[in-house]
Order: sequence, then structure tokens, then C-alpha cells
Amino acid sequence: MARRPEAFAVLGRAVRTPRGATGLAIAGCVVLVAAIGPAVAPYSSTAFVTEPFARASSVAWLGGDTLGRDVLSRTLDGGWELLLMAAVATALGVAAGSLCGVVAAYSGGWRDAVIMRSVDVILAFPQLVFALLLVSILGPKIWLIVLAVAISHAPQVARVTRAAALDISERDFVKAMQILGIPGRRIIRRDVLPNLTSVLMVEIGLRLTYSMLVIAGLSFLGFGLQPPAASWGLMINENRVGLIANPWGVLMPAILIALFTIGTNTFTDAVARASLGVGRRSTEPDPLAELTLEGATS
Amino acid sequence: MTAPSGDIPVVAASETEGTPRLAVENLRILTTPRRGQPDADVVDEISFTVQPGQVLGLVGESGSGKTTVALALLGYFKRGLRPGGGKVLVDGRDILTLPEHELAKLRGRTIAYVPQDPASALNPVLKIGTQLREVFTIHGGDPSRLTDVLAEAGLEDPAPILASYPHQLSGGQQQRVALAMAFACRPRLIVLDEPTTGLDVTTQRRVLDTVRGLCRTYQVAAVYISHDLAVVAEIADQVAVLYAGRLIEVGQAREVFASPAHPYTRGLMRAIPVLEGTYELHGMAGSPPRPGSRPAGCFFQPRCEFAIAECEVRQPDLITVSGTGHAARCVRAVEVAALSGTATLAGARPELPDEEPVLTISGVSVSYTDKPVLQDVNLVVGARQSVAIVGTSGSGKTTLARCVVGLHKDWTGTITFAGQELAPGVRHRTQDQLRRIQFVSQNPYSSLNPRHTVGQIVGTPLAHFAKQQGRKLAGKEHQQKVDDALTSVALRASFAARYPDELSGGERQRVALARALVLDPDLLVCDEVTSALDVSVQAAIVELLLRLQAERGLALLFITHNLPLVRSIADDVTVISAGQICERGPVTRVLTEPSHAYTRQLLADVPAFEHG
Amino acid sequence: MTTATQAPERVGPPSKAARPHPIRDTLIKRSGIGILTLILVSILVFAATQILPGNAANAVLLNTATPARLHALEVQLHLNRPAVEQYWTWLIAILHGNFGTSLANGASVGTLVGGRILNSAVLVVLAGVIGTVLGVGLGVLAAARRDSLLDHVLSVGALAITALPEFVVAVILVIFFAAVVWHLFPAVSVFAPGTAPWSNPAELVLPVATLVIVIVPYVFRMMRASMIDSLESDYVQMAQLKGVPRWRILFVHALPNAIAPTIQVIGLNFLYLAGGVVVVEYMFNYPGLGQALVAAVSDRDIPQIQCIVLVLAAFYVAVNILTDVISLAVSPRRRLPRS
Repeated sequence: MARRPEAFAVLGRAVRTPRGATGLAIAGCVVLVAAIGPAVAPYSSTAFVTEPFARASSVAWLGGDTLGRDVLSRTLDGGWELLLMAAVATALGVAAGSLCGVVAAYSGGWRDAVIMRSVDVILAFPQLVFALLLVSILGPKIWLIVLAVAISHAPQVARVTRAAALDISERDFVKAMQILGIPGRRIIRRDVLPNLTSVLMVEIGLRLTYSMLVIAGLSFLGFGLQPPAASWGLMINENRVGLIANPWGVLMPAILIALFTIGTNTFTDAVARASLGVGRRSTEPDPLAELTLEGATS
Repeated sequence: MTAPSGDIPVVAASETEGTPRLAVENLRILTTPRRGQPDADVVDEISFTVQPGQVLGLVGESGSGKTTVALALLGYFKRGLRPGGGKVLVDGRDILTLPEHELAKLRGRTIAYVPQDPASALNPVLKIGTQLREVFTIHGGDPSRLTDVLAEAGLEDPAPILASYPHQLSGGQQQRVALAMAFACRPRLIVLDEPTTGLDVTTQRRVLDTVRGLCRTYQVAAVYISHDLAVVAEIADQVAVLYAGRLIEVGQAREVFASPAHPYTRGLMRAIPVLEGTYELHGMAGSPPRPGSRPAGCFFQPRCEFAIAECEVRQPDLITVSGTGHAARCVRAVEVAALSGTATLAGARPELPDEEPVLTISGVSVSYTDKPVLQDVNLVVGARQSVAIVGTSGSGKTTLARCVVGLHKDWTGTITFAGQELAPGVRHRTQDQLRRIQFVSQNPYSSLNPRHTVGQIVGTPLAHFAKQQGRKLAGKEHQQKVDDALTSVALRASFAARYPDELSGGERQRVALARALVLDPDLLVCDEVTSALDVSVQAAIVELLLRLQAERGLALLFITHNLPLVRSIADDVTVISAGQICERGPVTRVLTEPSHAYTRQLLADVPAFEHG
Repeated sequence: MTTATQAPERVGPPSKAARPHPIRDTLIKRSGIGILTLILVSILVFAATQILPGNAANAVLLNTATPARLHALEVQLHLNRPAVEQYWTWLIAILHGNFGTSLANGASVGTLVGGRILNSAVLVVLAGVIGTVLGVGLGVLAAARRDSLLDHVLSVGALAITALPEFVVAVILVIFFAAVVWHLFPAVSVFAPGTAPWSNPAELVLPVATLVIVIVPYVFRMMRASMIDSLESDYVQMAQLKGVPRWRILFVHALPNAIAPTIQVIGLNFLYLAGGVVVVEYMFNYPGLGQALVAAVSDRDIPQIQCIVLVLAAFYVAVNILTDVISLAVSPRRRLPRS
């Protein structure tokens, strides 16, 4: 059955707006730098090439870090793990959270209450603290951090998808399917989920930003990749001491992290606006109202 | 039984002198230009006048621009719209030329507005008292008149109302508060935007009486916007009909309704359900053109049965038809006005076969916690019979429909279908039962999955039932059945590739019908299926249902709150109130000689409309 | 004429006997759920720190484990008893205010943590209040002047700042105001835990400023969006059609409606601050709970970790309850049922 790929339609619209294009471009640049970085770095990220906190020179274009390693090389090396961890954590968290949310919404009754209450317990911890808790016991293992961040995303995603799924489950076309005797699981898959695409896309965007923030934050606190590995968060912490001598050791990774999160946030915003238009048109009866709606979507 | 409408004196335009209270001249409203979209005109060439103490009914279906015109009478334009020419003269003063702060002084004091939906027009976090007192504080009235103003609007016990929040009042009370706010400062002109939509018939009756009384007492000029011609016939002295943003007919109400001079108005007359006598309802094919895609000639020409070559060329001017101010925008206006009677009496309904009843409901009761929703309901739907269930919102009629169809499980009693008892919920019913009872709901905007094409929507039941029976329908066979279903609801087979958001309300409802009919059911349960549609679209759907019933031998359980509609569609009617059956029997008998007090009340409150 | 057969419609507050107290009921219900949540949290914390890792003592001592030291630590942590009994003992002790002794320096955890709670509280309260006021004010301003240059600048700015991690903001502030460009404020705090944080206000400025910058955009965006929703509603249109002046529409009609969804966001912000302080305190060496937590995690000081996490969880629960109650208070529709 040919289905109109709403995801593509909305993404397409988003990319064509100035906000969407800018956001995607910025985030894309950072991803590019992180991906290609290790291949083009002039030195190894652990090699000592200059004096600690040496100023920018022809030897080290961004100067030296706290141990005299090349800031530029370490910056180029220090992104891809962060990004990968953030991406995986996001994917896991959104998958788990949306599953919980949709099942809770559709089942209703006590199952709904049980799922949502158990998910809420996780909400009693700030994301960072939850991750810290787990790290404190099992050590700063990569898989643990990814898992911890993924779990901490689940409640919020569950809440949002549950609300959206509830709204859809109340609509008459779902009832029409129920009357025919079509089983619940099939209704969820065929009728409810496809209508959740926009909501899910926005959540993915938001969660990706948060994942990056938390993982970089953990790295900053010393609980991510351990030295002597290069990681942007860790670099910011390591090179804080020599901020006055050579700010690049702190500035460069900070700028890259910031650009990535700003880019994803901006693009997600554009996607949210684009999906607003798509969703409304299918439920708005008055043709004249369309005119005033155009002015209202900003 | 007609409600008295003869006490409004018919005032011919020539009788009054001096400046009309309201004079609209060639009003034009455009969309504001946006990136990539040229501006389109929404309404144009709107001209009419209203004298003090007179009510002008502004009639139009959705998309006609009537609300836009209504708001313009207060100098207000929604986001995305702007005035593009013409004048709105109140007591001779053009309000469109006034700056915002001057307009603010006029609004609420000289020109007042009564909204369509008082529930959303009253601020939910402010008490009623605060919102009412505001009008006095801003416009310098006497706040001690607050209680008088409420009493005038029919709210006798003001203190508790003033202390309440809007959500604590009923719909009728909210609307009376809105009326009180509007009449508080004794305005010169009052604009009422469909103020009784959503109210039940009895409340509507009371609100209409109040409006009429207040207008007459204070010699207020009123513009009453509505799509409900029966209501307009009750309350208006003059009528102006809007179509696709143009004024296409204007004149004294009686005259316009008795001898409409424009083919569209004529079409509307033939679509209105009427209590007296059983008439056929006729819809009009096609739909009004949207702003930006209006033809060069007459806008109605594509749908018009009187169209001639000249109609495609240019917009006709308003042509006078009689000396009392009756005019219509049609080159053949005089001809059309002279045509006799618009409505066709319906033929006798077909004889019902002497077969076992399709549906028998006995002793069904439903209660939520301890509040009874349905009490011991008994009902029979014979084979090929059309039974209407009439009641106001909260009467339990929708719950009954949901019980029959299996959406609602907690009921006691028995429902028998084709000789077999039905299990309470869908889960325990047989495939055969599920297939033979089908359902169409009220809201065409939420009954179709926006992510599926029309073809997929109509095809889903087919595929599901084939799978349940262990067969798989061959592609060609499946497609054929889907196409057949679409053609049977008067939609071209090409509709199958479209998505719901490309369709109008009437078209969507047809798709919902097609989905219900594709399995060839024996019983079709229709829950307020035309309530969200314009009157002409409603007529088309009713026509369709009757034809389908005759062709397929379908039994119909038709739920509605619209009493006159019952006359045109049902054999039997059951009147329900507060979960209990008040009266039951053949339509002609119940509606002409009701035996229950509630039925009598309903009939008295329904706005009367007679075909001339 | 009319044949009205029903009495004039009456409405009024329900009788005293039946009058519900939605605020009181919500408070009680939420408190109950809150306590339940705390118990679940305590189980989770306990399980994570003492049960799961198998032998927690081993994890703590790592390479310095000798059989004797291991045994001593096990006894100290009650690791030789069954799990449920351990939990119970632990819980009772906590309810008596005894959080055990720190594995890092042997001092009472209760005292250690207690001295820092005030410091973190000052940061959270200051940042929360300032951030909320700024966010709400700017949000209303932007909505009232929608699509103006000011609105665009604020909106784009908010979008950008929202995305920044706190440590990046902190770093930027330090670069500008403490270390590189100007030297107005100290880059690190030097006061000891136990002294009042307000005794040296200059040391508060940068940490609070960092937190404020991080949370203002959230409140701003929510306030702006819900204010715009409010300004486009039917009741605001009705007010305009009544001739109500602009300022009154903004502050009397629109704002009270717009504030309700924003309360949720403000609550979320306070919750966020509980986590945000961790990074900020670490950055500025500020003697609060956050700094202690990071140190405790590095040292694997289990009693201290447990204590701080529980304090934070209790804070979370309290803020959630408060948010729900205030949310109810500003929305008459939920507070007063139809009579």
C-alpha cells in the first residue's frame, strides 16, 4: 500500500525554511568535522608537540594544551565518539520511551497508570545525576553512559508520545477501526503510529540536543572518555587552568559543541513549525480559516 | 405547529426616512499579501442597509464570508485580512476610516457583537461579574445596572451568576450573559454571529425571543448571521444572501423565501427540511469556489441549472425584482422569481416488507457511576425501515448508538440483530454480525485517517474481513469493490487516490459512507451524520441515503437533534429525553399529533419555516 | 408568545457539605505519590550502590583491597547481611537523620552535606527567581510586539542560548568577566562550607549568572508561545470587540490565561537547576551539593552519594508537588467543577 511519507514531506518543508537550512548546515558542518577530523589531523592526539599552553604558532595552529599536545589535532579527534554516543543514546531513549507512551495511551486503564508511574520514578533524578549515580558504581564505561542517558530520556518521550497517541486514539477513525473488530495491535501500527511521525521527529531533535549536553557535561566532569583520550568536554576541563595563556584549548571544543547543539535545536524548531502546517490542514473545515491560519503559524 | 412570527411588522424600505442606522456600501475585503501568494478578495460588492428596530438576516453557507462581513461591521479584521474598499456607515459615520482608539470607543457601546460560541468567547479565568462590569467601566455606564441588564437577558437570579466562572454555566446561560454584555450600553447596532448554533432547540427559542424583544424595545438595528434559514425566517425582517463572497440576493424576508430570485437561493429553499408536510430534500451538486479560484463570470454558474451563455462572461449586477427592495444578482432574476413553488412534496414512502425486524432493542440501560444515561429503552427497526432517534445533547441517543454498534460495552438488556442476540462489545460478536452492522459518525474531519488515501480507507474493511475468512481478495476484485462503493456515493473512482485533507466536509462524509457500505451491511447506524454540514450538503447526503436505502434494502437507524429533518428521512421516530423514551411511532403521527408533553415542547420550540 | 415551562435557570456554588477542596485534595494526593516515589527512589539508590555491584566493598577499595580491609569494610557497610535487611537498617538510620560516615574522610555525612545544602539552595533560589522574572517579562514583551525586530532578536537569541551546555556558558562568562577580557569577578569561590554564601556576594555573581542565562530561554519561549495563543483566542477577540483597551487585554485578559502552561515550565526549570548546579559548582569550585557529589563519585564515597542523591530527589518531589498545586490554583476551570 503506497503511503505518503509524511516524514519526508515535513523534513522537506523544514529544510526549505531559512531556520531549517541554517540549523542543518551548522550541525552538518560539525558532524563533518568530527567525522573527517581524525583523518586530517596534523598530529596524533597524544603526541607532545609544543610547550604547555603555548600560543598559536606555525607548529601548532591553535597552540598547545595542558600537556603541550596540539589543540587542533585533539579537537579534530575529539568529536566523533561524543556524537556517536549522543546519537545512540537518543535512538534508544526515543524508541523505548515512545513504545511505552503509545502502549500506555492505547491500553488505558491500569496498564496505563502502571507504565507511566514506573517511568516517572526515573524523572525524580536530574539526567546528569542519574548518570553520575550509575557511573559511581560501575565506573565511567561508555556503554553505561549511553544506557544511562537513554533511560533518562524515556520518561519525557513517553509523556509526549502518550499525550499525542491519546489524542489520536480518541479520534473517530480509530473508533471506526475498532468497530470492525480489528485487533488493537494492528490499529496501533497502521493507524496510530503513522500519525505520530511529526511528534516523534521533534522529540528526536530535542533529545539529540540534550543527549549531547549531558554526555559532554559528563565528559567535562571527568566521567566520560578517560585521559589521555581526546574528547571535547574533557578538553574544556583540562585546559581551563591555562585559559589566560591559551584560550583555544577551551574555546575550540566549546565552540564546536555549541554549534552542534544550536544547529540541531534550530533545525528541530523548523521541523516543529513545518509539521504544524501539515497536521492542521487535515482537520480544519473552514476554507477561509486557512487564510488566517497562514498568518498564525509563526 | 408554528411559532408566532406574524408579530414582526413588515416594514417596506420606502416607509422609513432619514439615515439608515447601518449602511454598507460596496464593502471589499482582501487577504493581506504574503510571500508567493497574490492577494485574493474574500468578499466584494457587499451593500445593504438596516433601519433602527429592524433585523437583517445575513445568510450563507461555509466559505461565503459571512463572519468576515460580520466582524467588518465592527471595523475588525482577522489576522491575514484587510479592508480593500467600500464603506461601513453607522449613523452616517464611516467606521473604516477611524483610527484604532476611536474604534475601541465605539465597540461595545455603539456597535455590539454577540459571538457564536459563548463558551470560548468568555474568558475562562475571569468571573462573569468582572467581564460584565468591564463594559461599564470602559464605556462609562452605571455599574448598578448590572443586575437589570442580566434580568433583561433572562437571567433572573444574578448574584450566583456574577460570582461564577464561565465554565460553571450552561450553554444557554453563557449565551444570555453574552447578550447582556452586548445590550448593556444600549448599542445602536448589534451584530449577532450565529448565536444559537450549538444550543438545543428549546434554549434557542428562548434566546431568539429575548433578542427580538430587546431589539424592539430599544430600537436597535440588528444584523443576524446564520446558515439556518428556519431561524432567519423567524427573526429577520430583511434577508441578504451571500455566496462565495458576493451578495447574490437581498429583500424582505417573506418575499425572498416565498419567491427566491436567484438560482442559489432557490436551491437552498429546496434543501431546507420542514416540519409541515413531507418534502423531498434536494442538494446542489458541486461546491462554492474558494477565494483566489473564483471564475470570471457568475460564481454560481458552474452549478446553476438556469445558466446561459452570458453567465460565463461576467458577473451580473444586482437586478431589481420588485418595488419592495427585492433584488438578485442574476441575469434571469425576474424569471426565476416568477417561478412557482420551490419545494417538491415527497412521494409516499415504499411499503415495508413483512419481514422479521432487523434490530430489536429491549430493556437496555446504561449508567455511568450512579447517573443513569439510558433507562429501559425499547426500540424496533424493521427490515428496510428508516427509524430516527431524536433528542437533545445529553439525552443518551449517542450512547444508544454506540451500544448497538459495540463501542460501548457496559449495558444491560438485550439487543437482537437478525434474530440473534448481540454480545455487548465488539470482541465477542461474530464476524457476520460485525459485517452487517455499520456505523457513520458525526465529524467528517476526524472520521478519516489523514495518513491514508480514500482508496485505502474504503478498502480496509474489505481486506480485514477477507482475511478473517481466510481468503485473500484478488487485486482486481478488491479494486472493483472499492470503485463500486465510491460510485454508489456519487464520488468518481478517481477519488481513490486522494487524501482526506483534499476533500470538503460533504465529500468526506461520503467517503465515510462508502467505507460503511463496501461490506454490504443490513443496518446502517448514522450518528448525527449531517449536523456538521451545510444545509445544501445535508440535503445531498439525505438524498443519497434514501436512494441507497431503496437500492440496497438497507435499514437505517438515524440519530439526530434536527426534528424537521426527520420528516424527510424516516418512517418511524423515537423521541428520547434524559435517557428515557418519551414517544414512539410513525413520523406523520408523532409530528402532527404528539401525545407526550416533551414532544409537544420540542415541536413548539422548533423555528418554523413554511414553503410558500 | 413564549411557552416557557421551566423555571429560570439557577446556578450557584454547591452547598457547604458537598463543596470539594481541590487544592487540599491535590496536595494530599500528590504528597502521597511523592512519598511513594521517594521510597522507590531510595530502593533504586540502595540497589544501585550496595546490591548491584556484587561486592561494593571491592569496588570501593579497588587495588588496595586486602582480605582484612575488605572484611572490615564489609562489616561497616553491613554487606554480610541479606539484602532486604540491609535496606531496612539503612532506611531506619536515614529516617533518624543518620546517613553514615563518609568513606573519604570519616566525618559524619549528615554534617558534611548539611553544611552545603544552604549554599546550593541560595544558588538555585536566586537563579530560579531571577530567571523566571526575566523569562516571563521578556516573553510577554515579545508576544505583545510579535514579529517586530525585538521579537525576532529575542526569539533567535533564545533558540541559540537554549542549546548551550552550562559549562560552555560558564566558560564564556569566565573568559569575559573573570579571566581574559575583564577581571570583574572571581573565577573560583574561596569561601568554606559553613559560612553564609551571601557574605561574599561577588563570588555568587558568575555562578548565578550562568544558571540564569541557561534557564531564561526556556521560560521565555514558553511564555511567548502561550501568550500568543492567548492573544489569538476567541475571548481576546471578544474583548477587542467590546472595546477593551490594549494594555488591559494584555495584562488582565491574556496574561492570566497564559501563565498556567508556563507554570509547568517554571517548575521544570527549578528541577533542571538541581542538575545544573552540579556542573556550575564544579566549574567555580563553589562549596555546594553539586561539587560534593562530583567529589564523592570520584572517591566512590557511597554514603555521601546516597545522601546527596536522596536530598536531590526530595527536592524534586517537593517542586513537583508545588508545581501541580500552583498550576491548579491559577486555573479556575480545573479547580471549580460544573455545578
